[in-house]
Amino acid sequence: MKILVPVKRVVDYNVKVRVKADGSGVETANVKMSMNPFDEIAVEEAVRLKEKGVAEEVVVVSMGVSQCQETIRTALAMGGDRGILVETDDELEPLAVAKMLKGLAEKESPDMVILGKQAIDDDANQTGQMFAALMGWGQGTFASEVDIQDGSIQVTREIDGGAETVKLKLPAVVTTDLRLNEPRYAKLPNIMKAKKKQLDTLSPADLGVDTTPRLKTVKVAEPPKRQGGIKVADVAELVDKLKNEAKVI
Amino acid sequence: MIRDQETLNTLLDTISRFVRERLVPREQEVAENDRIPQDIVDEMKDLGLFGLSIPEEYGGLGLTMEEEVLVALELGQTSPAFRSIMGTNNGIGSQGIIMDGTEEQKAHYLPRMATGELIGSFALTEPDVGSDAGSVKTTAIRDGDEYVINGTKRYITNAPYAGVFTLMARTDPSQKGASGVSAFLVDADTPGITLGKPDKKMGQAGSHTCDVIFEDARVPASALIGGQEGQGFKTAMKVLDRGRLHISAVCTGVAERLIDEALRFATERKQFGKHLAEHQLIQAMLADSKAEAFAGRSMVLEAARKKDAGERVSTEASCCKLFCAEMVGRVADRAVQIHGGAGYISEYPVERFYRDVRLFRLYEGTSQIQQIVIARNMAKELME
Repeated sequence: MKILVPVKRVVDYNVKVRVKADGSGVETANVKMSMNPFDEIAVEEAVRLKEKGVAEEVVVVSMGVSQCQETIRTALAMGGDRGILVETDDELEPLAVAKMLKGLAEKESPDMVILGKQAIDDDANQTGQMFAALMGWGQGTFASEVDIQDGSIQVTREIDGGAETVKLKLPAVVTTDLRLNEPRYAKLPNIMKAKKKQLDTLSPADLGVDTTPRLKTVKVAEPPKRQGGIKVADVAELVDKLKNEAKVI
Repeated sequence: MIRDQETLNTLLDTISRFVRERLVPREQEVAENDRIPQDIVDEMKDLGLFGLSIPEEYGGLGLTMEEEVLVALELGQTSPAFRSIMGTNNGIGSQGIIMDGTEEQKAHYLPRMATGELIGSFALTEPDVGSDAGSVKTTAIRDGDEYVINGTKRYITNAPYAGVFTLMARTDPSQKGASGVSAFLVDADTPGITLGKPDKKMGQAGSHTCDVIFEDARVPASALIGGQEGQGFKTAMKVLDRGRLHISAVCTGVAERLIDEALRFATERKQFGKHLAEHQLIQAMLADSKAEAFAGRSMVLEAARKKDAGERVSTEASCCKLFCAEMVGRVADRAVQIHGGAGYISEYPVERFYRDVRLFRLYEGTSQIQQIVIARNMAKELME
């Protein structure tokens, strides 16, 4: 089978994110960027399926500025076979990404598309679902276990209060949750070799997609500063405050 | 020289993440058990960290000097003991073969060194021979198709794990100086070799050195590096020259880590109603450390670029080793000072680093040897 893995380039999870002074977004100039950690889990799962002999080819795709190539190369160093970059300087919204993925899926005809459940920058949690809807494919979101069977795939999903197991007909979309696997470090010799792997570049127009934003960001603000706590004399006062002031019980 | 910025970025990112996520959290454990856990060693091998400087055709990464020092700056961000276990394969344990070995010697040893399967160790120092490296007393006397080796080597890094030694021994006892010394590749399982007990050291717990004793140890004539007698001292000096830039980068990396530790502490702890970092005398120590570490980073990168461009950097490499090793000593001292009493307590990493960095001023050429090299080269250049 062929697996398509979309990956997103985001601000590194170790970076303390700062809001731009004009409130239009977050500072990304001179900020360390890396692969969205949930997408890393997706790459790992795809590579493991290839190592198990279940998949024959793992194609890694990314969309955005030309530096996304670096993110694709990282995935190729982890074991992806080839990459595709849809290059654009435009800000991309989940629907535009889903539409471009549709274009790529029609070109590549993968049996499975596996991607992070959300990206750690905007936490939208929409791309996988929108893409599945556009394709009319089944979706197994928030996967903590993936089991490929003959012509179908069984996905264990993390849901409120437990786990749910769904069976999907292939081709299908899987979005990954944290517990699915622990991604490997790319081996250093493989990082050197990743440069030689095929990486094609397309434009949104090649896929017939108009990426003009449909949403308008009104304001981006820092979370409110945490207020100092208070001391209570006894349990009765605590319960009283929780009930009448905080109104949480 | 950076061959491909994009690939290098991925490489450095991966290493820095490995250091931060896998090595830093285990520092205390390594210090307490005086041992690098096997799972960490295996991960390092798997990652390819043992073959940084081994050419690509032998399974290594074949990093240029600039790339290698950038990697060493990342590796410096954690306990030097972690770097030590792979340090000999990337440096003094393999470079003799890479620089002067025959094709057969390279093909026999390097691929297994690149994967970490075989640990290489460098055996030059002796009980009576340290900085005066030309006066090696260990002998290797030709007997038919073999050499018979006798003598004792001291403080040999990674000797307890070594599969092969790059050994400096005197093949011509009538020659008292450096010209009588030859370099050999001696397999550690050669009969007649025994190891001493691991040395008890001031710091860098987890990294081990010991004596290596040769008693009528016989090696085939093919064990002579490059197949030529009398070249050993030159090989040794070339090997040490290259390592100086790597060590300088490690020193700078450690200095940066120490500054980070000191800064964090200074922004958390309050005295006299304000954070330490707001007190000017503390600020002075932080600023001096920052400026010195920046100088170290700049000079190491500059010297590495010159080396990659094919220029002679013997003077620059010694300048870097002299400055960076002394600099990290000063930075470590200030880091302890900024921590106050806490800096003397093992719970804080600066106490451990303070002892660890003392070695940098001693090994692979003491600071005084670097001074001699620099001044000698200066005088020589004027005469030329």
